Amino acid sequence: MPVDGQAKLAVYKFSSCDGCQLSILDLEDELLALAERVKIAYFLEARRHVDPGPYDVGLVEGSISTPEEAERIIDVRRECKFLVTIGACATSGGIQALRNWADVEEYKRTVYAHPDYIRSLDTATPVAAHVLVDFELRGCPVNKYQLLEVLGAYLTGRRPQIPTYSVCMECKRSGNVCVMVAHGTPCLGPITQAGCGALCPSYHRGCYACFGPSDSAGPRSLCRFFMERGLARPDIVRMLRGFNGYLEPFKQTSDEYESDHIRYG
Amino acid sequence: MVGNLYIIEKARLDDLIRLLREDGCRVVGPTIRDGAIVFDEIASAEQLPRGWTDVQEAGHYRLERRTDDAYFGYVVGPYSCKRYLFPPRQRLFSITRNGRPLSGFDVDVTSASPPRIAFLGVRACDLAALEIQDRVFNAEYADPYYRDVRRSAVLIAVNCSEPGGTCFCSSMQTGPRCTRLFDLALTELPAAFAAEAGTERGRALLERLSPQPADRNVQHLVELMLESAAEHMGRALDTRELPEILLQNPEHPHWNRVAERCLACANCTLSCPTCFCSNVEDSTDLGGSRAERWRSWGSCFTLEFSYHTGGFSRSSVRARYRQWLTHKLAGWHEQFGMSGCVGCGRCITWCPVGIDVTKEATTIADDVRRADVAERGARERSR
Repeated sequence: MPVDGQAKLAVYKFSSCDGCQLSILDLEDELLALAERVKIAYFLEARRHVDPGPYDVGLVEGSISTPEEAERIIDVRRECKFLVTIGACATSGGIQALRNWADVEEYKRTVYAHPDYIRSLDTATPVAAHVLVDFELRGCPVNKYQLLEVLGAYLTGRRPQIPTYSVCMECKRSGNVCVMVAHGTPCLGPITQAGCGALCPSYHRGCYACFGPSDSAGPRSLCRFFMERGLARPDIVRMLRGFNGYLEPFKQTSDEYESDHIRYG
Repeated sequence: MVGNLYIIEKARLDDLIRLLREDGCRVVGPTIRDGAIVFDEIASAEQLPRGWTDVQEAGHYRLERRTDDAYFGYVVGPYSCKRYLFPPRQRLFSITRNGRPLSGFDVDVTSASPPRIAFLGVRACDLAALEIQDRVFNAEYADPYYRDVRRSAVLIAVNCSEPGGTCFCSSMQTGPRCTRLFDLALTELPAAFAAEAGTERGRALLERLSPQPADRNVQHLVELMLESAAEHMGRALDTRELPEILLQNPEHPHWNRVAERCLACANCTLSCPTCFCSNVEDSTDLGGSRAERWRSWGSCFTLEFSYHTGGFSRSSVRARYRQWLTHKLAGWHEQFGMSGCVGCGRCITWCPVGIDVTKEATTIADDVRRADVAERGARERSR
């Protein structure tokens, strides 16, 4: 943490949709206060001007999906004292990690007229699979207030308060009626990390696990329950392999449900 | 008049709500929201779920139409009075730098004047839960917010004549009849309410509702209805020696079987009317000039709950479930002189995967009791 003056902030993009970077710009009411405490030194989504590194804090959006990215993330680590991944892509590989279960060459041939122009890795992986990460902030996209909390905690020199318990904690505190129990809607909230403020259940929808598995997630029990209530195996595999399917224990449980020889229930 | 049974017309219910509001109370009563009957602020009897009932099973809750137009023909919803006395999130105080050399900080202790609440339709299990919460929050070291809301709260209770699928208050000896704490207790009859005042405040309210003394037939009918309700609980729990059995069998294999199903999601504890744990967190603003301290509902099912220097003392889900159940059904007796469970069934209904506290405790207890009997038999044979 900088003793005086402003901390130098860098924001990087890898394979991603830019939504998490936009969460920073969405901090409309807090942006001026933030700009007083940090110098936005590198943030191509927001400004063309670039101050050279090293930087105090680096925020990384996106997964590592190309050979070029696998090299660049090492440079990014070198120039940042405190490296934070923001969002599902950077933290779990994101939605593009679905390729990890598929034939990437076949995808290229199907999608692109000239597949030979495409240089990509066979897998999309989280940043932490490549370099040491100081803090991982979950979400698809991240919650902007959690982002502010991480930056504020860094500037104050304290631990950020980012709970790792289930979405149900936020849902019950909000006074929602449980969509699973009262409506029969399959919901991943019980095994998903809090952070969104139970957004989907507040609008009578099941949780999609945008924030990845909670610290104590037991997907097997929940999925067994879903099967008893009529969901098919492929449905369960698709539910687990959403935004964070490549994070454990979602990965292992979805693999088990995909392979026919393991039976539950 | 206190303690005697009276009859009031059903139409007086709306008058009762109006009177309470005129007295400056927010009336909090059952009403339908998002497919469930929840406690919320109401302004008239029209907002009550008249003609509706709830079907409750483990991990299952649905509303259904009744064949009659009863006002209180259902049991408890996902939340209890706890929400109003011990709010899910509350700012305790804030500190702001004032730039002065000596004092340095301004401290603002949250002292919002608490609302005066009249709870309408509180059931016997929830009254028992209030009694428990009183020992937690309103005893030697009182929580000021709880104390203030509780002191001014008006409690209009309703006796349960039709228990729900996950109810077991008769096992816990907390219901279905309201026996304490209430200002006014109603029993819904087909064409009227039987009403009993429990306090002077309740008597004063009742007097304004044109009460007629109930004759012996009505008294007898109320008795029969509540006796029948006690015999038709959806669940049961044999509490004989249960605290000893649970505390003496921390390694029983059934704890593992529950842990395989438990999601550690904390729904049971947050819907429980007696669970009182909270988490206290400090936050700072970006400029470093202001800090706030917040209290929010916590749960022994979270990993962070047992975090201390050296790590987590209950990292397994098994340890957390066992902690919760043994505290609720056993440790509570030592701590507060009563069980922590009132038999409302919320933890059963609102568990997303339908884990049933009565079944889990019974499985362990029956197993231990059977083993005890077998051991005794073997001893006698060998004599």
